[in-house]
Amino acid sequence: MRKTTKNNLITFGGTTVLAVVMAVLSAAGALNSKTSGLLIPMGIYIILAISLNLTVGILGELSLGHAGFMCIGAYVSGAFSLVFQNTISPVWLRFSLAIIFGAVMAAVFGILIGIPVLRLRGDYLAIVTLGFGEIMKSIANNIYLTEDKNGLHFGFTNPPSGIDSETKRELLKGPIGMAAPQDTTIWAVIAVLLICLAILMMFIDSRSGRACMAVRDNYIAAQSVGINVTKYRLMAFTLSAAIAGAAGALYSHSISLLAAKKFDYNLSILILVFVVLGGLGSLRGSIIATIILYALPELFLREAGNLRMLLYAIILIVMMLWTNAPFGIRLRERILNSGFVMKLKAKFNRKKAGAGGAENE
Amino acid sequence: MSFISYLVSGLSLGSIYALIALGYTMVYGIAKMLNFAHGDIIMVGGYAAFLAMSASWCPIWLAMIISVTVCTVLGVVIEKVAYRPLRSAPPLAVLITAIGVSYLLQNIALLTQSATPKTFKSIAAGAPPFLLVFEGKAPLFFTKLSDSPYGGESPVLTISMETFLAIVVSLVIMAALTLFINKTKAGKAMLACSEDRGAAQLMGINVNATISMTFAIGSALAAVAAMLMCSAYPLLSPTTGSMPGIKAFVAAVFGGIGSIPGAMIGGVLLGVIEQLSKAYISSQLSDAIVFLVLIVVLIIRPTGIMGKKISEKV
Repeated sequence: MRKTTKNNLITFGGTTVLAVVMAVLSAAGALNSKTSGLLIPMGIYIILAISLNLTVGILGELSLGHAGFMCIGAYVSGAFSLVFQNTISPVWLRFSLAIIFGAVMAAVFGILIGIPVLRLRGDYLAIVTLGFGEIMKSIANNIYLTEDKNGLHFGFTNPPSGIDSETKRELLKGPIGMAAPQDTTIWAVIAVLLICLAILMMFIDSRSGRACMAVRDNYIAAQSVGINVTKYRLMAFTLSAAIAGAAGALYSHSISLLAAKKFDYNLSILILVFVVLGGLGSLRGSIIATIILYALPELFLREAGNLRMLLYAIILIVMMLWTNAPFGIRLRERILNSGFVMKLKAKFNRKKAGAGGAENE
Repeated sequence: MSFISYLVSGLSLGSIYALIALGYTMVYGIAKMLNFAHGDIIMVGGYAAFLAMSASWCPIWLAMIISVTVCTVLGVVIEKVAYRPLRSAPPLAVLITAIGVSYLLQNIALLTQSATPKTFKSIAAGAPPFLLVFEGKAPLFFTKLSDSPYGGESPVLTISMETFLAIVVSLVIMAALTLFINKTKAGKAMLACSEDRGAAQLMGINVNATISMTFAIGSALAAVAAMLMCSAYPLLSPTTGSMPGIKAFVAAVFGGIGSIPGAMIGGVLLGVIEQLSKAYISSQLSDAIVFLVLIVVLIIRPTGIMGKKISEKV
């Protein structure tokens, strides 16, 4: 078996087992309400982190507008569910359609935004995606969607003109937000998470994924060997947007009242912190880092909410100095080559060799 | 008349953006990095002035000096601790570090000053408005409305002292900065570093000191911008700096990043666009319009108004 395949199987299997165990424990009532309440948002953050890792880790471009794609997915799917609340009766069917619709719309926006934005690189791309996220937030903050006997009314003023006040039903209420039906269950989150994880793994390990990494490592060299740089960048960017849209759909159906101001710049940064701590380009790292950074402070540092943000900021700086600054690299090498670590490594290798030998017999 | 009043407030906001954008563009030109924390240095400058002014013994001019000093030192320290070790690192790492620094400053402010906005006392508090214009009468300069010779008549246009100060101070600083860069040895060293860092070093220019100086000047300008901005919009909170910071970066890109006249033009244009769209299009969507301007500029002319095109070398 190839090493990548093996690694992917370990990550996928580990995530499945962990998720199912947590879900079963939560269903059996073995977890207290606080812990089981964390599972759904944690799953959503994991989906966001692995999708952002595609843009930042594999494509090598910093996107600060990830919350914007999540916002599109959340609003489109939420509006879909509200409109068809009484028309499509099985909840699972309506909810699946809502997630797919949210993801597709986020992907469409990914393409629309990606075509102009991906002409830029580096700092410019970061700031434009940031601007895009802010635009999405302001627009979502000012949308009103109302239903009456004549159909749907959409507008940027409250209430949109020509509403029949007897039969009106407000779906999107501007800054107040929207109350989508509470369809998200832990099993739905697990299903979406595993599907997205599988898609990402297959994409990264495919010809297209390797092309993206080539573009990341050396733009000009990749171009000169005939890689269609724009095509692969757009492909990865759109896939990342679509998955963020699906996560947004799960999110909007999991909280009772969703306001657009949640999808601000801080949310994009939070996801970036998960990706950076987990290691750029490593899906397994993103999952582990999200679990550690999201769950542990929620469980143990609840009162000190602000301290947690401070911790995130320090993690960002220290991780970058540790992996990129000359003294960080020297320090890391000294620790990795110290006697203790060497001994551990030797022990581990021997064990592995023993196990491998047993397998061969 | 209302159009003129919007235009003047746009010019005033624009000159503040221009001051902030100068910091971005100078750092970008020389260190080739986007200093994301620049907006939060504005916030720190605001708090430094606020805390100094809330001490009863401290006159306004001393508070201003304290604020500028704090920001200058902070800018230099941030450069030394966080950015200098990463000078040869990939751009993505530097950008993420800068975001981390910005987040760190915001959260330190949040922890020490709490999230409740503070009311900033204007540096021109008690001063008369700069200009009062009445229907069909001679305009009044530097006269309080209560001292108006026209009795109880209300003016059709008022330009406050803060608005006037923001425009004048920005103009003076920009002129001084242009002179400094083009005429002094240190300024020329900055130009040389932004042109070619390696060659500048070979000519005997101390690159590290020049970059430190750039950060110091940029941060000092941020402190001045902070006081002008907080006087005009007196609410001060830990996130005060981030939006103006990002908009000033938009202004710097608009004018052509790395170009000093570009930052001034971009800042003023952006301020005017923002105020006019607030007045005539939608006040909630004005931020979205500003970012739309950025996206359109980058699509049509990625190097900005005054930027020069650089071809990539292999």
